[in-house]
Amino acid sequence: MVQQTEAIAPDTQHEAPPEVVKSLRDHGALPQWRLMWRQFRRHRLALIGLIVLIPIYFMAVFAGFFAPSSADTAHTALPYAPPQRVHISAEHGMFVYGYSSTRNQETFEQTFTVDKSKIVDVGWFVRGDEYSVVGPIKSNIHLIGPTKAGEAFFLVGADQSGRDLLSRLIHGARVSLSIGLVGVFASFLLGMLIGGISGYVGGRVDNIIQRIIEFIMSVPTLPLWMALSAALPGSWGPLTRYFAITVILSLIGWTGLARDVRGRFLSLREEDFVMAARLDGVGRTGIIFGHMVPSFASHIIASISMAVPRMILAETSLSFLGLGLQPPAVSWGVLLEGAQNIRAVATAPWLLTPGLAVVVVVLAMNFVGDGLRDAADPYK
Amino acid sequence: MLRFVARRLVWMVITLAAISFVTFVVIKLPPGDYTTTVIANAEARGQDIPDSQIAELKRHYGLDKPFLVQYFTWIKGVVLHGDLGQSFAWNQSVASLIGNRVLLSMVLSIASLLFVWAIAFPIGIYSALKQYSGGDYLASFLGFIGMAVPEFMLALVMMYIGFRYFGQSVGGLFSPEYADAAWNLGKLLDLISHLWVPIVVVGVAGTAGLIRITRANLLDELHKPYVATARAKGLPEWKLLLKYPVRMSLSPFFSTVGWLLPGLISGETIVSVVMSLPTSGPLLLGAVKSQDMYLVGSFVLILSTLTVIGTMLSDLALAWWDPRIRTRFQKG
Amino acid sequence: MQPLLEVRELRTHFELSDGVVKAVDGVSLSVPRGRTLAVVGESGCGKSVTARSILRLVEKPARIVGGEILLYDDAPDTKPLDLLAAKDKRLRQVRWADIAMVFQEPMASLSLVHTIGDQIIEAVRLHENVGKQAARDRAIEMLDRVGIPDPKRRVDSYPFQLSGGMRQRAMIAMALSCRPRLLIADEPTTALDVTTQAQILDLLQDLQQEFGMAIMLITHDLGVAAQVADEVAVMYLGEVVEQGPASAVLSNPKHPYTQALVRSVPRLGLRGKDRLVAVRGTVPPPYERPTGCRFHPRCDSFMAGKCDVTVPVRVRSDEIDVACLLYGEEER
Repeated sequence: MVQQTEAIAPDTQHEAPPEVVKSLRDHGALPQWRLMWRQFRRHRLALIGLIVLIPIYFMAVFAGFFAPSSADTAHTALPYAPPQRVHISAEHGMFVYGYSSTRNQETFEQTFTVDKSKIVDVGWFVRGDEYSVVGPIKSNIHLIGPTKAGEAFFLVGADQSGRDLLSRLIHGARVSLSIGLVGVFASFLLGMLIGGISGYVGGRVDNIIQRIIEFIMSVPTLPLWMALSAALPGSWGPLTRYFAITVILSLIGWTGLARDVRGRFLSLREEDFVMAARLDGVGRTGIIFGHMVPSFASHIIASISMAVPRMILAETSLSFLGLGLQPPAVSWGVLLEGAQNIRAVATAPWLLTPGLAVVVVVLAMNFVGDGLRDAADPYK
Repeated sequence: MLRFVARRLVWMVITLAAISFVTFVVIKLPPGDYTTTVIANAEARGQDIPDSQIAELKRHYGLDKPFLVQYFTWIKGVVLHGDLGQSFAWNQSVASLIGNRVLLSMVLSIASLLFVWAIAFPIGIYSALKQYSGGDYLASFLGFIGMAVPEFMLALVMMYIGFRYFGQSVGGLFSPEYADAAWNLGKLLDLISHLWVPIVVVGVAGTAGLIRITRANLLDELHKPYVATARAKGLPEWKLLLKYPVRMSLSPFFSTVGWLLPGLISGETIVSVVMSLPTSGPLLLGAVKSQDMYLVGSFVLILSTLTVIGTMLSDLALAWWDPRIRTRFQKG
Repeated sequence: MQPLLEVRELRTHFELSDGVVKAVDGVSLSVPRGRTLAVVGESGCGKSVTARSILRLVEKPARIVGGEILLYDDAPDTKPLDLLAAKDKRLRQVRWADIAMVFQEPMASLSLVHTIGDQIIEAVRLHENVGKQAARDRAIEMLDRVGIPDPKRRVDSYPFQLSGGMRQRAMIAMALSCRPRLLIADEPTTALDVTTQAQILDLLQDLQQEFGMAIMLITHDLGVAAQVADEVAVMYLGEVVEQGPASAVLSNPKHPYTQALVRSVPRLGLRGKDRLVAVRGTVPPPYERPTGCRFHPRCDSFMAGKCDVTVPVRVRSDEIDVACLLYGEEER
């Protein structure tokens, strides 16, 4: 008999035929991670997503430096002030025009006009509000801002209390971006543990866990989140609330991941190499962590990367409804709460910019996740 | 088939029982109970309620009993008399508050479901059959955007556009002249003309997801050997694609109800808040904010129950559609 | 005598992003009328792709880039039909009516959501102008003929309700339902257990006697080839290196590759000293084909300066066509 058994699986015929793939692998052409990176790079959208995300996360980490002012600095006389344009002239260098406001005597609506007589000088690396870089290390240098500290400087406009929306956006990125990571980490632990037990032990345990997961999945999430967050005491501080919200989100978010892990475990349990390890006398934990987990780690990473944007969207929705984080905490969802009133949006459409930020970040994350998923299966 | 139905029914009852229990836990989660509210209200009016009266209240509402007994009292009321409890904030029975609103929520969610199917399947099938074509890329890109835009954002933008460029509010479900009118054809048409905006807004995310799923499923099926067999038989291309892989890839179509419906109800809730539609959303939000827990719990209970029933119906439809599932349950 | 089918210089390439894999690169072979040709070779030698190319069933990224596939009419001295040049409509008429196929995985190559009867009836009615009932009777008759018990009932079964062997029988019944002149069987027994394998091979031989069709059997198993084949074609790296009568090729192979293959087959009564020898070395990577004779890096009779430079042409040596530089012009 010829030494190899034929394994033509025509369902993969649209890609490299399995025999080609197999021979690529046999010839040890490339290690797995190199293949994955190669595959990922080929996914152009994923690469763009990564290029978009890295600076955004960087900005969130050093929010104090990148934001022209602190999140709470308010110019109470300038609610809903429109965005300013940066001008450059030989005489003044970089500057923006100030505002002059008039109040309509009948409607009491405030209208702003650009006042060309007021010139606010703008510079790079200016001194302004103090912020903490890391822990006790403080600084007051800002990437860009008015040279004279305290002047109004609204590149994307101001909110209802005359606070700089751009600064709030950058500060809010910290919470919005980190809640996705923290929440996914929590649901990852839950999902790995429960899904792993379900898939590895199997039988009755598996059956019960699957029923529970089905049950959780069949409940409409938002009403449940709302109900749970209603149960949070109003007296909790922002940090406690942040963690409570994270826990609530991940309590429901783990199910998808658990299903994934279970599926992988179930299919791996029957694989020859696991059987070989078992016959070799490798213990249970040794098999799980030494053999099984590494072989599906890439899939798990891919499915985690898809869970992060979902978590961000969930936080945004909850906070938008006023049920998630509460001011003075700033997150993109909290900022959007100010946009709930359609009249406010109509007079100050820039209030929707946090929404735009959400869309951009989530889109970029989905692209990256998609690329990772493709890359997780470099042979496919 | 009968056996299958019976099995699903039993499972559904168990699920519903679990849901009701979780709901009751949530209702009881905030510290304090009904009497706390009564006392607080009384104190606000400068009155003092004697302890004996509080004890009497507690006994009346069964609040002095153990948790499980309270649960069974509550669920007995719900099942036997449709008594969902009392809304503290509205001082009305919950059932009278939410009846119409839940109905409208369901109408909106189911309409969105139909919208999602009608849009997502043709596009998903087209995308798979014309993989890597311009249309496929466009559909994938729009799909990504659809998944990235939160429903409330879309609702806000739609309202902003309506307000800014058409000078009218797109919120609400009825024009002012019909809002309090009795049901007639005019009111129905008015409802439909208002309904399409929320339907589209609620359906966008689901549509995007379903396009991706349909496309991926069909792509998986397209290169299976049975398709090659059909081709080898000499069937014309479009005919064999419709009869074999498309037929196979539509099996998940029925199972989508299970995950699509909860998502649509969630979406509907938040969109209704933004567009102030007279569905369960705004009332639920108000109840949550005032910790009106019986009202909150009732919403969770009813919306979940309806979802579970919807899922079961879709399971039955799937069994009708896919002989593999049908026969699996015939045997055992 | 005129063959039934002649493949000339067939080239089917996989156009992948990393380069072009020449899976079939200049295959020439002929299928005699009413007899069995076995095409043998290691995994990846292109035998399956050759089989699929005959009915133009290869899908992207594979593409038939050259060659001719000539189907001869029963009447002598008529012009053969080139399947590669035929219009789609003409090709669809040839499919199943003239050339039918059986695939490796009966479970995967039958649709699981259609009954077996439905799938056979479809083929019959596609190529013959018969009514529903007549087609159904034909389906039952064919199922009976391939040895499926209780065919009247089985005709309404789904493929997953049958055992593996029964499924393959049903597939064969479907393939023969239009009385084709050529049956291409692509590894029809690989997915089955040994006993069933033998039964299916017997069945194929019986049916060949009865229907008088030619069979092109794709297999990696020389034992199977020896059991049923009248002719054998040996493939290596996308080309046929040797074709001739089965008895000659298997007992007295000409090509060093065939010789090595035959040596690697276990036989009854093998003694300790007659060690089983695997073919030396491994199949080279798919993107690089060796220069000269493609087998030269693994060949025991390698002649430096000749085999790695000159591409061998087919020559005839004792009834066998062989492509090897050991058999030179003088023997032509």
